[in-house]
Amino acid sequence: MATAPDLQSLKVDYKRNPMLPWPFQIRRVKHETEDTFTIELQPSGDLEEFTFQPGQFNMVYVYGVGEIPISISGDPANPRTLVHTTRAVGSVTKAMDKMRRGDILGIRGPYGTPWPIDHANGQDVVFVAGGIGLAPLRPVLYEVVAQRERYGKVVLLYGTRTPSDVLFRQELENWRARFDLEIYVTVDRAMSGWRGNVGVVTNLISRAPFDPRNTMAFVCGPEVMMRFTTMELHKRGVDNEHIFVSMERNMKCAIGLCGHCQFGSVFVCKDGPVFRYSQIKDMLVKWEI
Amino acid sequence: MEDLKKILTEHPFFKGLDEEHFALIVGCASNVRIDAGKMILREGEEANHFYLIRSGKVTLQLMTPNKGPVIIETLDEGDILGWSWLVPPYTWHFDAKALELTRMIALDGKCLRNKCENDHHLGYELLKRFADIMMKRLESTRLQLLDIYGDRS
Amino acid sequence: MKNFIFERAELDNLVETLKRRGFKVIGPTVRDSAIIYDELTDANDLPIGWTDEQTNGTYRLKRRDDAAVFAWTVGPQSWKKFLFPPIQKIFATHRSTKGLDFPNSKKQAPQESPPIKYAFFGVRSCELNAIAIQDKVFLGGPFIDPLYQRKRTGVFIVAINCNQAGGTCFCASMNTGPKATTGFDLALTEILSDKHHYFVVEAGTELGEDILKNVKCTKATEENLATIKNITEQTVTQMSRSLDTANLKNILYQSSEHPRWERTASLCLTCTNCTMVCPTCFCATVEDVTDLAGKQADRIRKWDSCFTLDFSYIHGGSVRTSTKARYRQWMTHKLASWVDQFGTFGCVGCGRCITWCPVGIDITEEARAIRENQP
Repeated sequence: MATAPDLQSLKVDYKRNPMLPWPFQIRRVKHETEDTFTIELQPSGDLEEFTFQPGQFNMVYVYGVGEIPISISGDPANPRTLVHTTRAVGSVTKAMDKMRRGDILGIRGPYGTPWPIDHANGQDVVFVAGGIGLAPLRPVLYEVVAQRERYGKVVLLYGTRTPSDVLFRQELENWRARFDLEIYVTVDRAMSGWRGNVGVVTNLISRAPFDPRNTMAFVCGPEVMMRFTTMELHKRGVDNEHIFVSMERNMKCAIGLCGHCQFGSVFVCKDGPVFRYSQIKDMLVKWEI
Repeated sequence: MEDLKKILTEHPFFKGLDEEHFALIVGCASNVRIDAGKMILREGEEANHFYLIRSGKVTLQLMTPNKGPVIIETLDEGDILGWSWLVPPYTWHFDAKALELTRMIALDGKCLRNKCENDHHLGYELLKRFADIMMKRLESTRLQLLDIYGDRS
Repeated sequence: MKNFIFERAELDNLVETLKRRGFKVIGPTVRDSAIIYDELTDANDLPIGWTDEQTNGTYRLKRRDDAAVFAWTVGPQSWKKFLFPPIQKIFATHRSTKGLDFPNSKKQAPQESPPIKYAFFGVRSCELNAIAIQDKVFLGGPFIDPLYQRKRTGVFIVAINCNQAGGTCFCASMNTGPKATTGFDLALTEILSDKHHYFVVEAGTELGEDILKNVKCTKATEENLATIKNITEQTVTQMSRSLDTANLKNILYQSSEHPRWERTASLCLTCTNCTMVCPTCFCATVEDVTDLAGKQADRIRKWDSCFTLDFSYIHGGSVRTSTKARYRQWMTHKLASWVDQFGTFGCVGCGRCITWCPVGIDITEEARAIRENQP
């Protein structure tokens, strides 16, 4: 028989009620691409700072419209500014897209597991991003760049749809200009003005400059892209234990109570979204799990 | 020539090829240098070579009447360009253009395919290697077809 | 163990005592041709002289020729509806000229009326286990559900040991009944012979014992306890269904492509009945609604079901589009992944999902078919 936790020992602390959003004020909305925007927020009310670990996400609530999970795309070293980058595709993100400086959003979080960048000390670090999957990786890129000396080679392989879909263009340019970062961008299709790579992001893996036996890989993008990416990384000699992926599932609560984000036996919201590839490898190839 | 041989020996494409066949290949090889912006091969032209890219960047592209050239894929250092020399009617199906100054080793396909007809062992060895490249390109193309990043199409 | 007996007439007194102590007494009562759970005015509201007949897809109430109070098993409802209501407001946000007012923007905790003190009267062993399972889900952490916690804290539980098995029961094989072993304040066993109608009561807590002070009791004898033992054994014997749990988790994990899923999917209507009647199912969705003036937006939590297409929707489509995938998710969750998540099965053998399935799908039969036909 299941034994119940000691009910009396659990105190209701309404400030820590994980179901209540905190008000955050919009400071800036920046359109990254035709359908993707970055929103910068600052805490309002009696919350002053918002700390998080790279890879974590928030539940973002638009008054009367709804609430959805969005990964945090800002710099963890700047807890006074909360940054989210998302595509305007559903009712909540479309409503966000119409909001302006000064408007209030509700935020719950941060939730979920972070990218285990601490484990990459002294190793090469490879980031593989697909599409909007670059957004949840940006905080860990900031962190790695800030503590560049802790790592060996640092490589970002980023694939997206077309040249006009490239996110964080200015930042990528700045990083590309550094001698200690290897930034490769590829697109699925391009017209003749594009001087960069054309082809899927997995094509970049075989030639990327890193030592597969001493590498941690962080992968984020559509599930199909992550499956093929991990396959290529594995072919290159990266151990499955050293590959981390970030999963997406339907979420209503983000705290393991609503059941929606189950993926086999794990809850993507509290056991993920970042998983060691070996942990979920078998489930990724099962249909409709 | 010694320089060419060294490069070919080290290239994974030729790995495991026996001495005799390898000598044949080296005999068909020559250095090529293409300036940025110059066409390497054009759709419809006779396909008599394949290329091993040593440095630079090459675009495979297709002309469309209303959009101009669409880039299908880019190839870089270490990639193999061209397999139409292997399959009748031996004409190129795409355009290839050097995006940057590109250095390549050109292999005479016309000479090789005659040799392959006479020596099926060599033919099989080469086909196996091209099959691998074709499979990878096909897999990439399938992923591109999925259009996994967008829903605007 | 503290066991007593009291006469049938004293049952009224027990309900009355709980009410006097400030509890809202919830118990079984007959309504709309079913035994459901609702507030009891007095013990006369109990389903006296009723029983139920249950089998796959069938539930019927029947009159008994005696005045037994608890001679039936479980109906369509479970206690879940009081601790985890089907529709519940999570919070409200207000909009005024000053902007938006979130619950968390206030310095002080909002005034809340004191929680209702429930006494659950007539909780069967499977139900006790179901409550304990939901306690783990909602209170086991890392995050605590404050809404559940508020309702759950201080619930007084009067258990009832089953003296007959229902047509779809299989608690014995799940090790969750038919006799209550823990998690109650009082546990009753109803004994009805030709001449004597009485209850044996076991006090599980000090509060339970205290409540009993207002009920005319005598110490239970060895003979009384032997009678209970007999009743329990008889009830187990009556149970026609069973679910073999040995190595079940691994069997199900290895059977994600078992042909049985397709066969069951061809019957399943994805009507969600099984998840609605299940006393452990905890999935919920949220809805955000505004008043017409747009001055208040409420966030409402509602029961949800893994059988709906919407349940697994992520941008671009649903993950589980086929009925096969949704049935497999439900059953594999109950009998396999639940174990990894919460250290217990998500099934207590109450049989509701079998009774209330409109096409009569039987989870015990499904588990057996998969077990017996392993590659």
